[in-house]
Amino acid sequence: MDISWDLLLNAIAAGLLLGAFYAAVTAGVSISFGMLDIVNIAHPAFVILGSYIAYFFNINFGVDPILISILAMPVFFLLGSAVYQVYYLSFEKRGQESLRGLAFFFGLLFVTEVTLILVFGVDYRYVEAAYIGPSIHIGIVDLPLRMLVPCLAALALFTGLQLFVTRTFIGRAIMAVSQDQLALQLMAVDPIRIKRIAFGLSIATAAVAGALLIIIQPIEPSVGREYIGRVFAICVLGGLGSMPGTLIAAMLLGVVESLTATFYGPSWAPAVSFGFLLLTLAFRPAGLFGR
Amino acid sequence: MVMAFAHWVHVDYLYFASYTILQFIVLATAWNILGGYCGYVNFGSAAFFAMGAYSSVFMHKFYPLPIPLLIVIGAAVSGIAGLGMGYLTLRLRGSFFAIATLALAVVLQTLVVNWDFVGGSRGAYIIRPETLEFAGYEINYIEYLFFLMLSLAVLALITARTIERAQLGFGFATIRDDEMAAEASGVPTLRVKLIATTISGAFMGMAGAPFPYYIGYLQPSSAFGLEYAVNSIAMPMIGGTTSWIGPLVGAILLGSAQQYATVTISSAVNLLIVGLMLVGFVIIAPNGIVGLVQERLRAWRRP
Repeated sequence: MDISWDLLLNAIAAGLLLGAFYAAVTAGVSISFGMLDIVNIAHPAFVILGSYIAYFFNINFGVDPILISILAMPVFFLLGSAVYQVYYLSFEKRGQESLRGLAFFFGLLFVTEVTLILVFGVDYRYVEAAYIGPSIHIGIVDLPLRMLVPCLAALALFTGLQLFVTRTFIGRAIMAVSQDQLALQLMAVDPIRIKRIAFGLSIATAAVAGALLIIIQPIEPSVGREYIGRVFAICVLGGLGSMPGTLIAAMLLGVVESLTATFYGPSWAPAVSFGFLLLTLAFRPAGLFGR
Repeated sequence: MVMAFAHWVHVDYLYFASYTILQFIVLATAWNILGGYCGYVNFGSAAFFAMGAYSSVFMHKFYPLPIPLLIVIGAAVSGIAGLGMGYLTLRLRGSFFAIATLALAVVLQTLVVNWDFVGGSRGAYIIRPETLEFAGYEINYIEYLFFLMLSLAVLALITARTIERAQLGFGFATIRDDEMAAEASGVPTLRVKLIATTISGAFMGMAGAPFPYYIGYLQPSSAFGLEYAVNSIAMPMIGGTTSWIGPLVGAILLGSAQQYATVTISSAVNLLIVGLMLVGFVIIAPNGIVGLVQERLRAWRRP
């Protein structure tokens, strides 16, 4: 096949932008699944919920979607803390997280999706903002602002999280709880409180990821399901819980998906993440940067 | 004549509705062989079901065969898929299997949508004959499908009950309770788990194989419907996962409630109720309806 260079370069650029956005979606799962060992398969549902909140306030009050998502973060934090509290009392404490805990999150995913269908219907929804539409050109590469703005916001979110986890007391405590819960308890820190904060934080990132999602593409309630495979593929490939690893894995998946969509057609793109996931599990379960 | 017509519609609807409930009994029982007995969650029931359905569509276009043979083919396809998935993910942490099955449904749907031979995204028509010649008698086709699904349900329940009382069932239970201890006391855990995924996948494929003939027009969105994934988890969880009676009770209760609700209220509300019941049951009654009844009986027997 004759590969045209500008097509290839554009596909790679689009993939990198998309990858940064994927990293924002995965950031929350990196915390919940990677660090806390909570298999929150409902995470994409919270992302979609974030999208619809951005949609609602954008269409009715004309507020910028990213600004809305930042304002929604504390609400999502409280929501996440509440979900963790229920999860802890009902499953983790009784040692039933593997079967019933998973079913619980599956139920949450499902209930959120169906509720959104009942409230907003199955039509595609989108937001309006000044940066949706125009693009900037660097040489032969087009960078649509619709992708560039979410990419920058995602990188900002990611840097913030990385600084929080490595530089603050609570952040370090979250890292500690992922390594040795008992040791943390001996240091007189309540691991359950730390986990509650961490899980709240992971859901808070979903608010931002949701707003970025609806900037990038119009959405309907079942879009979230496509992200389950992607998010966990990135998380496993990035080496569970490693923030820089997650970012690199997300960029990699973004580029491969973008190349697949450009050269084989967009309907094949969802299969890429699954291939990534299976190959990683089969050959390198610790991920690219795992210990 | 009007009376006869009403009677005919009524009876046919009854067969249609019962077929759906029986199909859910097979799916719920199959899910429970892996989920309830071994403790490994399969979120991809819809994928295994659709594999059975689409292998029938493939054979229908390629070389038409009678449905019982299609059921065998569907079982083989989905069973092998289950074995492969299990082999790749079951050596790792338990949650990886669940995540992989979740992703499997999305990818298989992508595959089918892009595969024009089986209809692609437009779907495939399967023309179902009105009647069927069987040992000199003419029987109604929907009755024939009903009896096929009934025998599958009985077969699934007998298999589940047999496993429960055999050595294999005890092997499953040790894995569910403490996999490390099971491995240490000589249970070949990987092999036992692979047997469970294969049996479970095969039954889901069997349930899917007659589906194109039942529905007449198979679309990717109907074969991969979310209701299969959620119901095959919700039914055992609500009925009770520890014995073969649980999925049966759950499937009959939820299945008939949904048949009734789809006629009276919208199907979205109906799925919302199933989801809420699933969340409610796993939090409040972890052993399902069967567990609640057992507790009541024990309390009643005690003086």
